[in-house]
Amino acid sequence: MPKRSDLKSILIIGAGPIVIGQACEFDYSGAQACKALRSEGYRVILVNSNPATIMTDPEMADAVYIEPVNWRTVARIIEKERPDALLPTMGGQTALNTALDLVREGVLEKFSVELIGAKREAIDMAEDRERFRNAMSEIGLESPHSQIARNLEDALRIVGEIGFPIVIRPSFTLGGSGGGIAYNREELESIVAGGLDASPTSEVLLEESVIGWKEFEMEVVRDHKDNCIIICSIENLDPMGVHTGDSITVAPALTLTDKEYQRMRDASIAVLRKIGVDTGGSNVQFAVNPRDGRLLVIEMNPRVSRSSALASKATGFPIAKIAAKLAVGYTLDELKNDITGGATPASFEPAIDYVVTKIPRFTFEKFPAANDRLTTQMKSVGEVMAIGRTFQESLHKALRGLETGLDGLTPQALPPSAEESEGKLTHELRAPGPNRLLYVADAFRAGWTFERIAELTHIDPWFLAQIEDLIDEERTVSAEGLAGLTAARLRVLKRKGFADARLAKLIDMPEQAVRHKRHDLGVRPVYKRVDTCAAEFSTSTAYLYSTYEEECEAEPSTRRKIMILGGGPNRIGQGIEFDYCCVHAALSLREDGFETIMVNCNPETVSTDYDTSDRLYFEPLTLEDVLEILEKEKPEGVIVQFGGQTPLKLSRALEQAGAPIIGTSPESIDVAEDRERFQALVHQLGLRQPANATARTEDQAVKLAREVGFPLVVRPSYVLGGRAMEIVFNEEDLRGYMNRAVQVSNDSPVLLDRFLDVAIEVDVDAVCDGEQVLIGGIMEHVEQAGVHSGDSGCCLPPNSLSAQLQEQLREQTRKLATALNVIGLMNIQFAIQNGVIYVLEVNPRASRTVPFVSKATGVPLAKIAARVMSGRRLADLGVSERPAPKYYSVKEAVFPFVKFPEADPILGPEMKSTGEVMGTGRTFGEAYAKAQSASGVTLPRQGVCFISVRDRDKPGAVQLGRRLIERGFSLVATEGTARELSAAGLECRRVNKVREGRPHIVDMIKNDEIDLIVNTTEGKLAILESNSIRREAVHRRVTYYTTLAAGLATCEALDHLDEVEVNRLQDLHQGALSA
Amino acid sequence: MFTTNSSRFVYLQVFGPRAPQRGVIYSPAGRPESPSHKRGFIEVSVPAVLALADGTVFRGQSIGAKGNTTGEVVFNTAMTGYQEILTDPSYARQIVTLTCPHIGNTGATPEDLESAQIYAAGLVVRDLPVRWSNWRGSESLGAFLERGRIVAIAGIDTRRLTRILRERGAQSGCIMTGEQADANAAVIAARKFPGLKGMDLAKVVSTRRSFQWNDGSVWPEGTRTLRAHQRLHVVAYDFGIKRNILRLLADYGCRMTVVPAETSAEEALALAPDGIFLSNGPGDPEPCTYAIEAARAFLATDLPVFGICLGHQILGLASGARTLKMKFGHHGANHPVQDLESGRVLITSQNHGFAVDETTLPASVRATHRSLFDGSLQGLAFTDRAVFGFQGHPEASPGPHDVKPLFERFVQLMVRRLQAQLRQTPPGGTGSAQNPPRQPALSR
Repeated sequence: MPKRSDLKSILIIGAGPIVIGQACEFDYSGAQACKALRSEGYRVILVNSNPATIMTDPEMADAVYIEPVNWRTVARIIEKERPDALLPTMGGQTALNTALDLVREGVLEKFSVELIGAKREAIDMAEDRERFRNAMSEIGLESPHSQIARNLEDALRIVGEIGFPIVIRPSFTLGGSGGGIAYNREELESIVAGGLDASPTSEVLLEESVIGWKEFEMEVVRDHKDNCIIICSIENLDPMGVHTGDSITVAPALTLTDKEYQRMRDASIAVLRKIGVDTGGSNVQFAVNPRDGRLLVIEMNPRVSRSSALASKATGFPIAKIAAKLAVGYTLDELKNDITGGATPASFEPAIDYVVTKIPRFTFEKFPAANDRLTTQMKSVGEVMAIGRTFQESLHKALRGLETGLDGLTPQALPPSAEESEGKLTHELRAPGPNRLLYVADAFRAGWTFERIAELTHIDPWFLAQIEDLIDEERTVSAEGLAGLTAARLRVLKRKGFADARLAKLIDMPEQAVRHKRHDLGVRPVYKRVDTCAAEFSTSTAYLYSTYEEECEAEPSTRRKIMILGGGPNRIGQGIEFDYCCVHAALSLREDGFETIMVNCNPETVSTDYDTSDRLYFEPLTLEDVLEILEKEKPEGVIVQFGGQTPLKLSRALEQAGAPIIGTSPESIDVAEDRERFQALVHQLGLRQPANATARTEDQAVKLAREVGFPLVVRPSYVLGGRAMEIVFNEEDLRGYMNRAVQVSNDSPVLLDRFLDVAIEVDVDAVCDGEQVLIGGIMEHVEQAGVHSGDSGCCLPPNSLSAQLQEQLREQTRKLATALNVIGLMNIQFAIQNGVIYVLEVNPRASRTVPFVSKATGVPLAKIAARVMSGRRLADLGVSERPAPKYYSVKEAVFPFVKFPEADPILGPEMKSTGEVMGTGRTFGEAYAKAQSASGVTLPRQGVCFISVRDRDKPGAVQLGRRLIERGFSLVATEGTARELSAAGLECRRVNKVREGRPHIVDMIKNDEIDLIVNTTEGKLAILESNSIRREAVHRRVTYYTTLAAGLATCEALDHLDEVEVNRLQDLHQGALSA
Repeated sequence: MFTTNSSRFVYLQVFGPRAPQRGVIYSPAGRPESPSHKRGFIEVSVPAVLALADGTVFRGQSIGAKGNTTGEVVFNTAMTGYQEILTDPSYARQIVTLTCPHIGNTGATPEDLESAQIYAAGLVVRDLPVRWSNWRGSESLGAFLERGRIVAIAGIDTRRLTRILRERGAQSGCIMTGEQADANAAVIAARKFPGLKGMDLAKVVSTRRSFQWNDGSVWPEGTRTLRAHQRLHVVAYDFGIKRNILRLLADYGCRMTVVPAETSAEEALALAPDGIFLSNGPGDPEPCTYAIEAARAFLATDLPVFGICLGHQILGLASGARTLKMKFGHHGANHPVQDLESGRVLITSQNHGFAVDETTLPASVRATHRSLFDGSLQGLAFTDRAVFGFQGHPEASPGPHDVKPLFERFVQLMVRRLQAQLRQTPPGGTGSAQNPPRQPALSR
């Protein structure tokens, strides 16, 4: 059947902000769905609160709503837009849950909106663990023995039947939030309590532990004629017990015989039929007992998922795009397989002739107190994927693509004593942490037996043997030295994926030396194509990966071409925003007639969709890998400024190697980044900077600190996301910091800046063509200076800065841009203290705020910048500065503290947020209220607010208290704050600090007596002391703020909680707010 | 649903000795190799070359038996089931290239044999892993190849080879192993291989004498415990039959008499079958005149006839249609085939280098399935009798089980015929001695 003609308009729900468990893979799937449905002539309406997504670009849908993704808001959009259908399967668990709410609340029925892609019944059956288990047993499939618990008593009874260890899974949560494995009663009680709390239905499933079993996933697509195809099988190298999002996974499944694979295939299809997924993609997870092959169904997702994005990238089969078309009535045989140029239909199962490895990326260094052992609750923030012709090659490529300083199976630091080292290894192998595989390698290095390692890790011997072989090779390389690296030998090693850098380290030579020798010997990679069909059909799609084989299929063209280096795996500080910029660069330059070449290794992204650029190299972003592509493609320009630090770090070496880097010259970048040179420039331009200094040793730092004065912002140079950035208040703190920081900064100096207290921080994004400057937007931070800009809310246009100040900011921006001869994007951070503007830093590159500014103003900054970098002039592009919008856009950060209950959820100079949302409104308060709602914060309408502030905030606390009382709140405060509030005539109840005796504030939070918390602290001791308050607030889901500014902004937001306007982005850009 | 079968080592007794045998694969006594996870067997790398008739030469390492082999070089894109592929008699005289890069991951197990020996003339892979791992495995693929005396090469750019075969078509090739392996000699040897066009291999690989088969699948879906006299009797022509065909028919309640390829129709009918099965097999169907003649004779009876692959082509030829040699054929486990009646897409296992030309089908035969890759004919059915054929492999092994219902259809046709006979036989009648009336074993 061709597409349905009874549908005219379709609403797609996006996944909202990037959080752990739900990252930019849903931008990839949502963007594909939008494109697919629009190309079929449907009117597409999109809602997503995440401004950094490609899917929320005004060109992607007929009506884009950057609004909170919850049923109330979506109901308003439905009421306004009256779509015929709702496609809920593209936006992860968020979209699915929202769709279920809309059904439950009768919204879809009221407005006659049909749910397409997945029916309510199917979603319910797949998500409700008890129903799912029953459904599986009805079709003769086994699942782990399990029972639902609705309270602790249930849980204790059930564990008596099933026994320890036992897995706890809360219903309806994403990324396994609130789940875990309990080995004893104490752990059981704690995890069950957390799980019941996390589950919207207050249910947890207690499940027989299948820890150590083999784990597989099948990506299945089904159409309404019951045609079912398996797109990809995925095998988890980490056996059951580690969330699949945190596992190293490979595709295709490598350790199954055909009988076992087909049994799993049959089971997957039976699951889809039983659950009733009529159309679209689903993911089914299995556990297999390695001793007897017993097959268990673990779970299924009736929607596209992180794994389906991975499967799409791994095979070249665009699952989300096909799923969207199936949802509107097509059948698989009616759709074409694009990658073979339509030579084959979409109704086939991809055959792949390479191995794909995915490795998650963790950010535990941001949350030092967090428990870094991997469990059934996902903790990683990003992932890297690599393609190689063999497992070893793809593993090696993935390890170096992670950008965590690995050049392969890099040895980990082990304790010096043999006994401790043994203990450490045993622990790391048995209780997996983020680097288990590296410890496996270390165990082989230490001469541990294969059997011992297998027993501790339960990793399939097939994989362990591959690791063992690599360690054997390393030994040989070390023993033979440079002379051993003959052409034949190098070819063998490169075919196993060894990086030049790794080989160099093994023979204690510079990386350059190995590369020279390799080049001299003519050992170069070739590029093979990902074609879905193992070369059975020809493809014109240039989706390429490197390998060391005989035949190269790259076939570079002779067109004018520009290469864009992407951002690699997502991490805190470098995420989807940079991918957004890279995609925009590719799109705009493609429009201009350039051939665009993307290099990236993050499978979640839109940039690694094979049709975003003309050519895609799915490769690690290391010097070696990029140089080889450059050699093959010889582009006329290389863009390194859009992908965050990842490509920037390579720029000097690339330039030395003769790469034609376009845009702002490295010389200018150096001026902006070199402290002394930048200081000179600022002086020359007559601008101001906070007092600052650069220190290379601890003693020097202490000496300079006395000159600059405390408090100080200290940080290593060359970092993004405020990694290791701290505010220190005294010499002792500074010394402590210096001892830790030198490790993270790789011997580069430490920067000291006078911390500007109670200053307003401002971000400006601009594009410059060397002469003319286009100011993209001025953003006023909600939080005061001291909170990392990525973690701070911000408002565009500024809500408190005078027109005169704004004009000064523009003027300073122009001065700096032209003085630095910026060609392309530039971001400047200013601080304003007592009406005086200070320049904090200038970054001549894409910033995190570029997508937000573009969404808030309608000016596609990244596209304009890319064009400027390709040699065009702003004047020729016909872009000119627009007046600031008449509405407010507020960006708010979203944090992963729920996933790290042990970590202190306080904001500071080190970035901790994983994502962001945007809210728009006629007033700052309205926009802020929406942003809060979108970020998942429920603002209490009334109740009790606990205020406890540091001394400097005491005057502000009075202002805050007064406003809260005006809005019907009553106040509770600790002694100092209470005294201040009472002195100002505000009624306020005093409560004990934790150390002052009970009952104290944490008791009150536990008893649900507190509805809102504003708690600001400074100094190590105070922060430590108040940690329990914040953690309890996170745990109890009490809305809390760690800055006064956010508390004040919230007061404004409270006045707008009932405003129901939803704004179509395209209308906002036209300057029209909805009526 | 998925239980394991305890009788895992019964496979060999059922087959009588076959001649010529290129190597005994397993003895029923047990597992020749000790536990899994043993380090692979190649300690010293022996060089090998693969040469194509067009002069292309690949250099790699020998991973199987030592020596030389020639055959038609084909590629298969299936990602699982190397052991089934190697032991599929349809690969006789073919050197199989597997596009999946790691081959041998799960070792070898007696349960996954499709015949008593390796039929492929040679194996070409990218990588034989250092160690295999599987709970059912009993030896490494390398050891399996060596014992089967099969020459195999690893370490070459199999994707390049596949692209050559795709562009230039399947062609003759030669693998030579050892230090002295000479590329020129290999090219000459490759060129000497005459190709499969006009080659009748069915009678070469067929059993020499008939035998009975009653064993079902390793992991049957549901258990049917029918006594022999309750079972439907199928005479199965062995043109190179895969065991999984027999296993599935047994699962569906049939007992099989497997007969040599050149068995005449009269001899077959004398066995009083309830249905005739024409198996898959290697080579060109056209020279198999004996089989085509037998098929014609069956068409004159009311017996249900089911043909798979070569058997399907023979049914086509018997109907008067023609067959043709394909450029590089279909070899894989991901081929979409459309059921023309329901419109459903079935993912199928495929392994054929010849096909029935749909344009030459007579009016009494209709196309039932077509390949969605190239539109070639994939299934046919006679409009006036219970005879049908399928080009791909409903028995899978390796491959998806989507077309398995065709076996059910065959069984139903047999049941229906019996039911009709029963209605015609007056109550209390005895029927003929050879074909006593009985209650059909299966009903819907």
